[in-house]
Amino acid sequence: MTTKPARPVATARPAPAPKVVEKDASMLKQKAMMAAHYDRLSDAPETGAKVCSTFVPGNLNELVMCFDLLNNLPEVNAIQSGLRRQSGSYVLEAEKIGHSEDVCTYVKSDLGMMAKGNIGPNGRRLPDPDVLLLSYTGCFTFMKWFELLREQYKCPTIMLHTPYMGDGKITPNMIQYMVKQLKEEVIPALERVSGVKFDIDRLREYLKKSAEAEDDLVWVLQSARKRPSPIDAYFGGIYYIGPIFGAFRGTDDAIDYYRFLREEIADRLAKGEGPVTPDGDMGSERYRLVVEGPPNYTNFRQFWKMFYDEGAVVVASSYTKVGGTYDLGFRHDPAKPLETLAEYCLGVYTNRSLPMRVEMLSKYVEEYEADGLLINSIKSCNSFSAGQLLIMREVERRTGKPAAFIETDLVDPRYFSAANVKNRLDSYFQMIEQKRGGARPVKEAAA
Amino acid sequence: MSTGSNGKANGHPSAAQIVERAQALYEDLSFTSARRWKSADESRKVVGYMPIYVPREIVHAAGALPLGILGGGDQMEVIHGDAYYQSYICRIPRSTIELGVTGRLDFVDGMLFPSICDVIRNLSGMWKLMFPQVYVRYFDVPQNYADEIGGNYYANELSELREDLGRLAGREITDDDLRRSITIYNENRRLVRELYRLRAECPWNAPAPEVYLVLRAGLVLPVEEHSAMLRDYIAAARAEERPIRDNCRVVVTGVFCEQPPLNLIKSLELAGCYVVDDDLMLVTRWLTEDVPTDGDPLQNLAAAFLHHSENTAAKYEPDQGKKGKYLVEAVRRSGAEGVIFASPSFCDPALLERPMLQHVLKDAGIPYIAFKYAENSGQMQPIREQAGTFSDSIKLWSGA
Repeated sequence: MTTKPARPVATARPAPAPKVVEKDASMLKQKAMMAAHYDRLSDAPETGAKVCSTFVPGNLNELVMCFDLLNNLPEVNAIQSGLRRQSGSYVLEAEKIGHSEDVCTYVKSDLGMMAKGNIGPNGRRLPDPDVLLLSYTGCFTFMKWFELLREQYKCPTIMLHTPYMGDGKITPNMIQYMVKQLKEEVIPALERVSGVKFDIDRLREYLKKSAEAEDDLVWVLQSARKRPSPIDAYFGGIYYIGPIFGAFRGTDDAIDYYRFLREEIADRLAKGEGPVTPDGDMGSERYRLVVEGPPNYTNFRQFWKMFYDEGAVVVASSYTKVGGTYDLGFRHDPAKPLETLAEYCLGVYTNRSLPMRVEMLSKYVEEYEADGLLINSIKSCNSFSAGQLLIMREVERRTGKPAAFIETDLVDPRYFSAANVKNRLDSYFQMIEQKRGGARPVKEAAA
Repeated sequence: MSTGSNGKANGHPSAAQIVERAQALYEDLSFTSARRWKSADESRKVVGYMPIYVPREIVHAAGALPLGILGGGDQMEVIHGDAYYQSYICRIPRSTIELGVTGRLDFVDGMLFPSICDVIRNLSGMWKLMFPQVYVRYFDVPQNYADEIGGNYYANELSELREDLGRLAGREITDDDLRRSITIYNENRRLVRELYRLRAECPWNAPAPEVYLVLRAGLVLPVEEHSAMLRDYIAAARAEERPIRDNCRVVVTGVFCEQPPLNLIKSLELAGCYVVDDDLMLVTRWLTEDVPTDGDPLQNLAAAFLHHSENTAAKYEPDQGKKGKYLVEAVRRSGAEGVIFASPSFCDPALLERPMLQHVLKDAGIPYIAFKYAENSGQMQPIREQAGTFSDSIKLWSGA
């Protein structure tokens, strides 16, 4: 009997030690909150809790909580799938069952996830929704998305239509329309689904809590006006908005989280520290950018690294306003509970006209003393992307600061080309240097 | 404008003459006829609109010409427009921008951008930035169909539009002005429906490319003139005796915004498919019943929109049981044997809607095929082959 020679040991290289990703305390707290919420969702069949699926822009979490419903956000599920590198197969699955390669990958990731057993980021099955609250705000795709989900889940679906701010203003007609929908259709339907009677004082209480957390979030976002900025308002900002854009707005947990975050940032500010990145402190701040558009999630860290390796910090971003434009002054107001929900939906970033977006981004460039505007154009998202090339030119013209354009996708890994993005970013940083009046130092340029 | 009657002995133009005129209007990307209409009286205004629907009655009541803008088609080279859009955005906004920046729309005083998708929505803001001298309105419509909720909202929106257009035209738009315009558009819609019935009855006498051109003329001509054209064409087509081909009968859907090239429509018929219904230029028949001419005209337009209007992907269907049934009804009504999903590339409404409609057709046992196009698609052979195979399969294997 002959024995098979052993594989030469010399060829086997020791596996590198897993890299420790640094997270600050607020990120860990946020992560724990999100994980707990996913567990609540997964536990719903056992606990008997009913689930309401809805969207981030136009998220009516305070109202949802009035009916003891758990808030499930398919966009956030798609993001989680992207971060975990699962969305690619979900998108392919959806295309296999007939969805066009041209349409939104959030939708396809969600439908593909459903087709593959609806396993959430906690590794457990997400429950079927008891109701779909189609808060139709700032994105046409939302309407079709929930029609597609309704076809699958066959559950009650409630439409709340938010008119678009095409003329740059909220009119009394818009508010009346939305309040009527809330009073006469949305609330009665939620009562029917949940079996819970609507209590407007309960709503007021939640709204009061929302406003408290919103104050702290705005303080955190506006801390980026300082030099160096203690936060990254895009990559880091995505962590910061998680609770308030999701299932936590209106809760004590959100108040605690944003107070904790504010204290943490205040401490960094006092010490003159920059943002925390997955590789630790960012180091010296060389470029201050305003970013328009959502990020890529499939290569999130790689994408972020391209910025912090160059000392580029995002001081303001439009994406962190898709779930509310609190920094422009909006606060949920318990004194006018239904009107405030209407104003909230109307004011979210993607419901704002293109001239309003140009105005907002130009203001950011000036108020945050940014070096320029970077647009990350998302293949999937026409609501954001259509018109961005004009936005770029207009902001450049108004501010005199250089702007640049990169293209990726939300959760479809086929549309993230690291080399292309890196090349464009490098060119952009050089452009900023030239605009400042000096060539880039040789050492940096060669790096 | 005259219809230029120099045709048959009875004084009415022949179908070929009408189609020739309609084709000339279709090919004229300088909109000469609309320019001529405007220049006849210096007080006249022109208000452009994009798909899918605007209440043209209000524009008409202001004494203005509603002008349908459907992009640049396959005859216009897009040079500037491409600089405004990424490769993954459909083509109609880029060719519409091209029309704007090349001065082809420099006589247009106002532009209405209906609520159809995010691309057209955002184009309204781009137009505001790029053409600040033009009156621009994003024309929002309710997705709630209750009279007291969506109806009131919509009537107030119509009231704002009426005031805006009155200011633009320099005259007050009275209720009687509106009633007169509603009467005129009711007649136009009746004729369009009659044309569609005629085509469904004898598609060989009213071929799809001809119907398309005659319908499309209504987007640039004054409505009164277009109604005359429709009457003439319907009479002429009825009198035709064209050979009947061994074609199958299909409904074409998904073509409600960016236009398919005329060659694509021709190719379908050449490949063996009579088009007996479609969702092209829905603005011409959006309201499916006459709008009452007594009472409050804006309330009447609102009620018609809520309760008697076409279904399409841009509208929310509150009742899952009714989802997509309109397409099955279109198939039954027109005696079609199958459905062709023709969708513009990157068209969110058409492409997101498509799987749901396909499920409904599958349940109803109606065969279908699907392909994508762009307004400037040039290569028709693959589409012809696909449509030809579809036609053959229906003729050979259909249970009918």
